[in-house]
Amino acid sequence: MFETFYPQLIGLCTGALLLTSALMVWRHSLLASIRLLALQGVALAALVAVIGIAENEPELVLVSLLILSVKGLGLPWVLAHQSKASIKQIQESPRLNPTAALLAVTLLTILSYVVVSRVFGLGDTTTGHAAPIGLAMVLIGFLLLISRRRARSQLIGFLLLDNGIATIAFLTSGGVPVLLEFAVSLDVLLVVLILHVFAGRMRTKFGGTAVDQLRELHD
Amino acid sequence: MSAVLWIPLVGPLTFAGLSLLLRTSALRRFVGVAASCAVLVSGLLLVSAVLNGTVPISGGGMLRADALSAYMLSVVGMVGLISTWGGLSSAASSRTKNAAGYEALIALFLAAMSLAVLADSIGLMWAAIEATTIATAFLVGHHRTRQSLEAAWKYVILGSVGVAIALLGIVLIYAASVETDTPTLSWVLLAKSGLDLDPSLITAGGALAVLGFATKSGLAPMHSWLPDAHSQAPAPVSGLMSGVLLSVALYAILRIQSITNLVIGPDFLRTMLSIGGLLSLLVAASLLIRQRDYKRMLAYSSIEHMGLMAIGVAIGPAALPSVLLYILGHGLIKATLFVLSGRILKVEGTPVISNVRALLVRRPGLAVPWLIAMAAIVGFPPFSIFFSEVGIIMAGWSAGLGGVVGAALVLLLVIFAALIRLTIQMTLGTPPEGTAFTPDHSAHGPRLPIVLALATTATVAFVAEPVGALLLQATAVLGGTN
Repeated sequence: MFETFYPQLIGLCTGALLLTSALMVWRHSLLASIRLLALQGVALAALVAVIGIAENEPELVLVSLLILSVKGLGLPWVLAHQSKASIKQIQESPRLNPTAALLAVTLLTILSYVVVSRVFGLGDTTTGHAAPIGLAMVLIGFLLLISRRRARSQLIGFLLLDNGIATIAFLTSGGVPVLLEFAVSLDVLLVVLILHVFAGRMRTKFGGTAVDQLRELHD
Repeated sequence: MSAVLWIPLVGPLTFAGLSLLLRTSALRRFVGVAASCAVLVSGLLLVSAVLNGTVPISGGGMLRADALSAYMLSVVGMVGLISTWGGLSSAASSRTKNAAGYEALIALFLAAMSLAVLADSIGLMWAAIEATTIATAFLVGHHRTRQSLEAAWKYVILGSVGVAIALLGIVLIYAASVETDTPTLSWVLLAKSGLDLDPSLITAGGALAVLGFATKSGLAPMHSWLPDAHSQAPAPVSGLMSGVLLSVALYAILRIQSITNLVIGPDFLRTMLSIGGLLSLLVAASLLIRQRDYKRMLAYSSIEHMGLMAIGVAIGPAALPSVLLYILGHGLIKATLFVLSGRILKVEGTPVISNVRALLVRRPGLAVPWLIAMAAIVGFPPFSIFFSEVGIIMAGWSAGLGGVVGAALVLLLVIFAALIRLTIQMTLGTPPEGTAFTPDHSAHGPRLPIVLALATTATVAFVAEPVGALLLQATAVLGGTN
């Protein structure tokens, strides 16, 4: 019964991951991006749970709970942790207009399919066929990091990049060892907290969180 | 002996906890020094164990100290001691709440670097290197000025993105090992021949991992965070970051290289590292010629030295003993220079080179060690940097990389001239007419760490036993036959 649904479930989860990534590029409101990030965390946790059940590894189900709590709940909560009224007004004015950005997303997705199938071969497993999605997420994360001006939007780009790496890890090798997964989650959580604190200091020192203001140090 | 492996991790963590708990103690300012001593002592104990032919292992194989790890741990301890002791804060300034966090983060930083060089798992090594970014983030932003905030933001974003790329590479290397019978991240197992790893996965994984760690070790073109972070951080932190954090990232590259060499041969990474090394030298040369800030000058000098070390790594086993000696010499001298730059900044109140003139006449207590250390960093003998540079260039020549080392030599000459000119600007000359002054012979801080660092680098290249033996043994660990 589960075997027949398995490829569809994998497809559903990875599809949700790609869709949320593309929507993050499209939407300019910070709150919407944070909600999409939470949704993506849930999709990633579901993907891990599906792989865990299919490969009969209870360890992976545990990891999926960890991901759900960190990426689905913890990180979005940290990011949204300021008054709802002020966060709703934060609008991003990115360097790329939405049409160009979505076109770039399409091209990056095609690129990652080409790279993965040419360099590694897609293999004959269901997860192997979905692996290019992870690379596409990494590249879209870079796109966000480069094209966004605000500190917190760049942070979302970084988290998307990290989700992409986790997706590749789970689709190619069924995840890294649990201890490492735990260390990675902890590191990412701390980096996000630190950047969050810096973004707060930036607001008090510069009166805004536009990264363009950081131009005092140069040669 | 295995218990010693835990000292450099548990010791600094304990001191960090003490620093936060002892709210009013004047002892707090010695936390960094104590943590460095813990790392240094355990490093030297492990070196003696390794020279006796044992390889201490602990934690179910998670921690392991072969010759290379023990050597790197000792370097972390030595550079840590020079930086923290030389940059010892005054008793008055260490009473604030801010100072407690500062000392605790220094101790955490030392523990993270120790874990990075002791871990027998590329995954754990990755997590430890990411932890160094976390520990140093607030240290770079310690002064809370606009500039230090900017530097810290750039450092954390570029550092974590770079290290995330390295994680992607490690994930691919793990994926290659999952296809064999033994899925593993232990570099001892991965660097064993006969595992039959997938070459295309290892190529992509190795390239991404090296690219990521190269960001952290300040190689061009991913170097842009380095001058900002190193010039804005407090002097002891700059000394630690420049002197040993960059080399710890280079150590990670060495470990990755020992895995890829077995599967795909040395040529691929050799090209990558040669390009990165030459680009770093080019960036350093072009920005040192017109440099105006002496802390940034030291930061670009670090990019230069990391570039030459990367070329040494590219050359392979013949150059590796020189590279390892280079790590020690550069670490000690750069820590000394950053400590001295912190003192000069404090008494002169300006980081601009053209505003600091005739230092030798006005403040001989600072100018004399500064001149000696600058002579060491540009590569005058008898300091060990000279011998390392010559060793790398000779090895490159005989390995058929004449073009690369030739270009490196030209760039080194440009950098040599630029650094000499800037140093002369700062130290020589006479103060303007009519300004009254009395020569200031004070060193404005502890003198002994500076003397120790300079004396060590001046003599270490002549000590064949045990230093030479240790370096050869460390090279052998990486699969070299030299």
